Amino acid sequence: MTARIGVVTFPGTLDDRDALRAARLAGAEPVSLWHRDKDLKQVDAVVLAGGFSYGDYLRAGAISRFSPVMETIIEQAKAGMPVLGICNGFQILTEAHLLPGAMLRNNHLHFICRDQKLRVENAETAWTSDYTRGQEIEVPLKNMDGRYVADERTLDELEAEGRVAFRYLDVNPNGSLRDIAGITNAAGNVVGLMPHPEHAVEPLIGTGKTDGLGFFTSILKKLVNA
Amino acid sequence: MARVVVDVMLKPEILDPQGQAVQRALPRLGFDGIADVRQGKRFELEVEGPVDDAALARIHEMAETFLANTVIEDFTVRVESTETAGASS
Repeated sequence: MTARIGVVTFPGTLDDRDALRAARLAGAEPVSLWHRDKDLKQVDAVVLAGGFSYGDYLRAGAISRFSPVMETIIEQAKAGMPVLGICNGFQILTEAHLLPGAMLRNNHLHFICRDQKLRVENAETAWTSDYTRGQEIEVPLKNMDGRYVADERTLDELEAEGRVAFRYLDVNPNGSLRDIAGITNAAGNVVGLMPHPEHAVEPLIGTGKTDGLGFFTSILKKLVNA
Repeated sequence: MARVVVDVMLKPEILDPQGQAVQRALPRLGFDGIADVRQGKRFELEVEGPVDDAALARIHEMAETFLANTVIEDFTVRVESTETAGASS
């Protein structure tokens, strides 16, 4: 028996196919979910993939957050279903208040596309258990609105509770406060990050590394052993 | 129809690189004496029916939940005109 991992497609989502493939490569059964459909097709976990949902017209993730599929995802995430938000998916999770803080335009105002080193700061979430704390990984980063901001009190809370899941290494590519690349909720089932693990799952493409596959093997182990 | 304007601005403590880019361009264009620029959004809502307390409360809710992200932005709501000049309706 394997687990069913759903990947949502919004109008403007770009990375849903890669996320589905990453789920399959990890050994899961990938399931496409549609933004207008409240039904999650009995998936065990959901990935919100990267892109520019609804053109990011109001704010990144602001319109998708109110889509029918998100109603169910927000409800289920609060009940413990694992949800991973990558890039635009991270922006949607902050807009939905499933994760604290907000994402803003990169401080240098340019679109970034680079291979980015990260340090795994929390290897106990549903999506990071196949890593070790302090492990350095390299995955692609590509975004316009990647600057993570939150008020000082929230940042201190995140640090104190070990909820900074990933930090940028070597350079801070977008002005994110405290070099934060990704965070988790208190329960560890909802994780969001700007860089793209789903683009680093096969040695043939991208960085040539498979550093991103661990997200998908982590969740699979958790679900299958559950 | 009445027009209600919602202005959305980044909170003062949030870095606004777009505003900074505009401000830095000003001297080059011959506009001196501008110490700071902050860039925001303005929504003009054409409201059907009366703009009473109930309608304004709904617009306030709309601004708070959707037009602005109150984690990073402040907003103001104001009625600009109770009727559009020259409109026959």
